Amino acid sequence: MKKSIVLLSLLLVMAVILTACPAAPQQPQQQAQQPAAGQCPACTDPKGCVTIGKDEPIRIAWMFVVEGPDASLGTDTKRGVEIAKDDRPTIAGHPVELIGENEGCNAEGGQAAGTKISSDPKVVAAVGTNCSSAARAAIPLMCGAGIPMVSPSNTAPDLTAEDRPAEYWCYMRTAHNDRVQGAAMAKYAYEKGFRNAATIHDGSLYADKLQQVFAEEFKKLGGNIVAQEATDPNETNMGPMLTRIAAAKPDFIYLPIFIAAGGQVTSQAKQNPDLANVQLAGADGIFSPDFLKAAGDAAKGFLWSSPDFTAFGSGYADFLKKHEAKYGEKVLAPFHAHAYDAYNLIANAIEKVAVDCGGGVIQIPRQALRDAMISTKDMKGLTGNLTCTPTGDCADPKIAVYEGVSADPATWNPGADANSNPRKIWP
Amino acid sequence: MTATTLSRTAEKETTLHWSRVVGTGLIGGVVAIYVGLVGMIEALAGRVVITGLLTTGQVILLGVYLLMSYQAAQKLTGADAKAGPLSVVAGALAGLIISIMLALLVVIGQQINLRAMFINASPRLWELLTLGRGVPTGLVLLMALGAVLGALAGGLALLPSRLRRAVSLGLVAVPIVSILNTALFAGRGVSALGALLIFAFFTAISYGWSSVGGQARERVAALPSGQQRLLKMIGWSAVALGALALPLLGPYPSEIIDTVGIYVLMGLGLNIVVGFAGLLDLGYVAFFALGAYTIGILTSPEITWLPLHLTWWEALPIAILVGVISGTLLGIPVLQMRGDYLAIVTLGFGEIIRLIFLSDWLKPLVGGSNGITRIPRAVPPPQGFSDQQVLWYIVLAGIVVAAYIATRLKYSRIGRNWMAMREDEDVAQAMGIDLVKTKLLAFATGAALSAVGGAIFATKLTSIYPHSFNLLVSINVLAVIIVGGMGSIPGVLVGALALVGLPELLREFAEYRLLVYGAVLVFMMLKRPEGLLPEARRKLELHEGEEV
Amino acid sequence: MLQNLRRRLSATTVVMWIIGLLLLAMVFWGSFQTLVSGKYSGRVWLDLIVFGIAQGSVYALIALGYTMVYGILRMINFAHGEVFMSGAYMGYFVATALENRGTLDSNLLLSLVLIVLGAVVTSVTIAVLLERIAYRPLRRAPRLVPLITAIGASFFLQYTFRGFFGSGVKGYPEAEGLKGTITLFGLQLLKTQVLVIVAAIILLIALYTFVQRTKTGKAMRAVSEDKDAAALMGINVDRIIVTTFIVGGSLAGAAGVLYSMLFRQVYFLTGFIPGLKAFTAAVLGGIGNIAGATMGGLFLGVAESLFPNLVLDGLGIPAPYQLKDALAFLLLVLVLIFRPTGILGERLATKKA
Repeated sequence: MKKSIVLLSLLLVMAVILTACPAAPQQPQQQAQQPAAGQCPACTDPKGCVTIGKDEPIRIAWMFVVEGPDASLGTDTKRGVEIAKDDRPTIAGHPVELIGENEGCNAEGGQAAGTKISSDPKVVAAVGTNCSSAARAAIPLMCGAGIPMVSPSNTAPDLTAEDRPAEYWCYMRTAHNDRVQGAAMAKYAYEKGFRNAATIHDGSLYADKLQQVFAEEFKKLGGNIVAQEATDPNETNMGPMLTRIAAAKPDFIYLPIFIAAGGQVTSQAKQNPDLANVQLAGADGIFSPDFLKAAGDAAKGFLWSSPDFTAFGSGYADFLKKHEAKYGEKVLAPFHAHAYDAYNLIANAIEKVAVDCGGGVIQIPRQALRDAMISTKDMKGLTGNLTCTPTGDCADPKIAVYEGVSADPATWNPGADANSNPRKIWP
Repeated sequence: MTATTLSRTAEKETTLHWSRVVGTGLIGGVVAIYVGLVGMIEALAGRVVITGLLTTGQVILLGVYLLMSYQAAQKLTGADAKAGPLSVVAGALAGLIISIMLALLVVIGQQINLRAMFINASPRLWELLTLGRGVPTGLVLLMALGAVLGALAGGLALLPSRLRRAVSLGLVAVPIVSILNTALFAGRGVSALGALLIFAFFTAISYGWSSVGGQARERVAALPSGQQRLLKMIGWSAVALGALALPLLGPYPSEIIDTVGIYVLMGLGLNIVVGFAGLLDLGYVAFFALGAYTIGILTSPEITWLPLHLTWWEALPIAILVGVISGTLLGIPVLQMRGDYLAIVTLGFGEIIRLIFLSDWLKPLVGGSNGITRIPRAVPPPQGFSDQQVLWYIVLAGIVVAAYIATRLKYSRIGRNWMAMREDEDVAQAMGIDLVKTKLLAFATGAALSAVGGAIFATKLTSIYPHSFNLLVSINVLAVIIVGGMGSIPGVLVGALALVGLPELLREFAEYRLLVYGAVLVFMMLKRPEGLLPEARRKLELHEGEEV
Repeated sequence: MLQNLRRRLSATTVVMWIIGLLLLAMVFWGSFQTLVSGKYSGRVWLDLIVFGIAQGSVYALIALGYTMVYGILRMINFAHGEVFMSGAYMGYFVATALENRGTLDSNLLLSLVLIVLGAVVTSVTIAVLLERIAYRPLRRAPRLVPLITAIGASFFLQYTFRGFFGSGVKGYPEAEGLKGTITLFGLQLLKTQVLVIVAAIILLIALYTFVQRTKTGKAMRAVSEDKDAAALMGINVDRIIVTTFIVGGSLAGAAGVLYSMLFRQVYFLTGFIPGLKAFTAAVLGGIGNIAGATMGGLFLGVAESLFPNLVLDGLGIPAPYQLKDALAFLLLVLVLIFRPTGILGERLATKKA
């Protein structure tokens, strides 16, 4: 056995040396000078260019969390990207190759994924990350390599704030900034006459920031925040916490958390006689038919803040059909559509900036690609009309409030018409 | 096969166990169906191992066929006796059975909608299993292929053991090299010719090594001791040089070795607590978290309530001190607890620390789920190098110091006290060993090393979040030292490479990483309960136990 | 020398007691503050206790599996949470099938029997396979080796279920007959809570009778006392160990269904947290002790439900239910400081563990 260990390690060392060799000749391809047909002009882009040979695929990377307790979030967005690729298999006449990395929903995963992807000179752009903690570790690495990245589910405000670090220049997102969503729900609640609100978060950055923004905004408008509670995403027994909230006598509970815990809070709140008539509301984290299933009858009358689907309903319904046929199950989390849009945002920009060198060879300048992406205007996506701000917020800023009409997941069809479930009630 | 072979085997009085062959084939079939339904074939069908020829999904299925058919061929007569050409038949039979079972799955799957339960029982899977040729033809083809593969594997059993080992190594090397090429150097598999070359190369090397290696070792053993020592020194300097040169492989390999290194550091620490002193600690992550948060609080400009903003180097001794103090503090209440009571209390301690850092309660101080960001780097990298490459030298220094401390302690009086306590606390106490001091020292040393790991972790990421400090880290470190060989210092290194390094390399397969990790843990423990590189004494003890 | 040692030991005992008393004082001070403030009515506290008992019954059922295996093999069966999860999954599939046929609403009792049966069979199969493949070959290995195997098996099972059935959360169908509340002794209780508590009591009585009154039960007790001596008395130790896994597995399967009745959700990590809690409960009660596991489960359930509000609120800590698990583990430390072998103790703990 000891011998085989020695042998195995020897093998590994050999393997590393062997594989290092074929990697070397790939480097010069980065340079513009190529003798064959399709002579590309010398690359003048400050961040370098990627040259893609004839029939060579365009490499786009994803960085999602696909294992561990948060895996459904990453699997969901990964599928969004895959379906987008099925719908648009070629960009600028070249096939697309998706490569992926697990970001683990933590900083170390983000760093590992970012290092790996940024060391691949053929990667043109990336979709990711899922979690803001992973993003903060990955962004400097990706931007250092000049690879623009679009996140479908980072919602932390600081990532696209006016004063964000200069090294975040290549980062943008199709997810909604918590500032936009939390404020919208606070405004709605206040307008409808609610004055005593309670909030619940689950210790995730997403939920914590949303409830924070909601609370600040609600207080600014003149309402009271009577309780700010927190739970765990895997918690099931919400009864005790809800009993505690009930004692504070709120008339509105804001729970911008995810499906599993959100379903528990909603159904168990209805079982509590003191909370049975309190208005419950969540965010796009639980804007999904699965939530109806998890919450049961209690989902009737529930409120969500979410992008306005009214104008884009049919495309989304179409997407859901493809999803079920391809993966055999319903969508897992709320960010697949954002991932779908992220892919298309990248694809549009590539087609805009790609330099045709003739003979099927194209050249993609990196800085120009990022510039094209961040100047996206009025792109029709599944999540609305996408327009990017100079600091990378690309999500449609129009937020609507929806109300659950029926608890039957089969009727889920947001925005199909004025009375479809859930129903758009604001603005 | 023919009457003569049958009679010849009968003459040798070897009984043939055909039922075992069928049994192994059936198990193989179950494994193949499992691989299909768990989604591996489908999910990995897009990743190339040999360009235009083989995908990772197919390689896995191929592995099932070859391994199980080979096992079946071996089972025909048992390990000692040779079955002769009949083993080819046995292999083919097993391969055929696997194919038949897969074919049954396809047939059933096309009649009944299995997808209501098994999400991977999709048309795409049936297409892959019928080799894209539809039900009747594809299935016949699958069976033929299965029989051929089985026969090949059975034929492998016929080869002399030296050649067999070399060929199997060559076979295993092809996918490994290909996957490494994909993982490390952003390549896309290898070409068919490349695969052939790799196979030939590794087979030859391994075949050559098995003859030359033994001789070389004998010759070394025959050398005078002075020259042996010289050889040893040359060997060690080569290792040291290699370790120093590792970052030259590039930023991504550096990232991997940094992570492995941090685990080695923590493994060395936990090895003292669990391996030397026999105290089962399932909450080792607590000290890792405390070390990281100490650095975060002391260095990050974000912390306004304690505006020290030290450099990493200034904060490091404080982090170590925090580790020592918290290790001792945890040690006191658990002094009287033994075995599994200790395990659950330490596990609880780990969770308490994480939850407190996450809580709204301490949010104004440590940021809650926001964590602490903008932690400075320990050393700014020189032009052309990445942070990860530079960080390796800090990690390496940590490992060297930790290994030195661990070795010195192990062979000192304290080390012997720990080991006596590990074997029997009552006897140790009766022999005059101060249990309190001995236990607390083990906890404190272990905690200090973990805190150093945490400190390096914090500067590696420049931002820390409570989610990074979950139970999985504790379990991972424990698995590293046990798989490596408990109590053994080189074992920690091997364990970390196997359990942290390999999974990092195989990030691509993230969805199945923990599945494989779990299976490997079970398999390793069943095959080598003493670990990969066990401490000599442990090994003795274990085998003593087996003989009784 | 020996006297010196004893003096120092007692010095640490004093330190330990001081830590314990400080924690205890904190608990009392917090509770006192909360109660004095009068923010919460009596009904709030009663509700919290009922929630705790329902949750605690499930913990108790899982904890029994841990404790029985521990009593006999002296190993922590870390994968027991996954045995529980597999039962919950199978229960989900049976329940969904029954709902589609309408049986779930028309014939609740039959449906419940079928769901429990499906769950128990699955859990028992997995528990027995675990024993046969992963644990039996390691019976004489050092204690940590089976622990690692169990952890490995736990990951393997979790991700196998994820691969088979997807990573989404599956929502349990809700039976008409189990919706709403009933009033018992002037208390308004959820029907599901009543069902869970009653079922748990029946199962516990059945288990107790089995272990105390039947011959197999007696053999089990003998094996847990001394394996070698039991073998000499003509007891088939292997068979008794398998029986233990069967009993533990069926309890876990039943617990899986009860848990899903309460919380109506299952996914591949469902078993992890309850498994960990049940393990804590088993240790709290005195691991290896059946009555102790039951008590530990109930205590933990009630403590988790009641104490964050009672203790932490009074100390002015915001969002106390976020620290529920931390508090549960703190209580564990507190109990073990004063009773190092759990609430009901266990002779073996000091000797063999």
